[in-house]
Amino acid sequence: MNLWIWLLLACALAYAWKLVGYFVPARFLKDPRMSRVAGTMTIGLLASLTIVNTVASGQSLAADARLGALAVAAIALALRAPFLLVVVAGASTAALLRLIGWN
Amino acid sequence: MKLLASPAVRVGLSISIATGLYGVSFGALSVTSGLNFWQTMALSLLLFSGGSQFAFIGVVAGGGSGVAAMSAATLLGMRNGIYGMQLNALLHPTGWRRYVAAQLTIDESTATSTGQADPAEQRRGFWAAGIGIYVLWNLFTAVGALAGGGLGDPKQWGLDGAAVAAFLALLWPRLKGREPVAIAVVCALATVIAVPFVPAGVPILIAAVVAALIGWFSHGRSDEGLEPDVDPYAEHHHGHHGTGQAGT
Repeated sequence: MNLWIWLLLACALAYAWKLVGYFVPARFLKDPRMSRVAGTMTIGLLASLTIVNTVASGQSLAADARLGALAVAAIALALRAPFLLVVVAGASTAALLRLIGWN
Repeated sequence: MKLLASPAVRVGLSISIATGLYGVSFGALSVTSGLNFWQTMALSLLLFSGGSQFAFIGVVAGGGSGVAAMSAATLLGMRNGIYGMQLNALLHPTGWRRYVAAQLTIDESTATSTGQADPAEQRRGFWAAGIGIYVLWNLFTAVGALAGGGLGDPKQWGLDGAAVAAFLALLWPRLKGREPVAIAVVCALATVIAVPFVPAGVPILIAAVVAALIGWFSHGRSDEGLEPDVDPYAEHHHGHHGTGQAGT
């Protein structure tokens, strides 16, 4: 039940961000600093989420099959593979590496 | 159908299919992260912003608290406020349309709209991509959530590897040029250093603060990192869609 509360709050706040854009005066667009912070934060958060999902296990760091998934996903993206194919490549790599014994 | 003669509508529909389909991965990863079917659907129906949704389930999967998951999703949704300003200036939606437009404001609908020159086409592009993606994203989230629930042990299928790949795929289109790559590396390092010292979920928020400070004090492009996950005009031009300091 607890998770439901944070989830619904996240939904409400996401909508609030979207709506706020439609109600702020256009002159705020003239200040490039806000757009830049929104953009750098997007990059920083996605980079952080990528790395956390690759090497973190709770509060400790681990080098496991997920590193292989990261490498293969990067190669697939460099070859301009579509999103779904990248995800499938990442999953199969991790599954295969575990199958051959790399945890 | 006269609508299909509009280039913006055709771009909007093809981007809907490309984006909507990967709702399958969101749905599957969400239920294997520990959310139930309706929590997964609530995120796609109500939150409706791919990056933020993946962030929410990513933090939960890593053992982070609900507060940390909400914070990461909310911070990642900040760019939608910028899109809202751009779209408001472009489309001037009034009355109830404004509230619906707000919900449909995401990377792809914004990119489809701002990529057109003619005001009528900008409007058609926004609604075609927004409504199309909303319908397909939710449909495929449900498919993924139902399929993912029957998978058993998610690790056996490498689903944690799928999450890694999904986040990298969301990050990738934004890494155009040296500055975004540097930001990504710095934030990744800050995360790795923080992991052993703070509760799960918090390293991501530390990285957000680092990224915000870089954005505040740097003098890079004003639209740094504001690229859509799937570029609607990828077939027509490559490289930057950026307009530099002037904005749009």
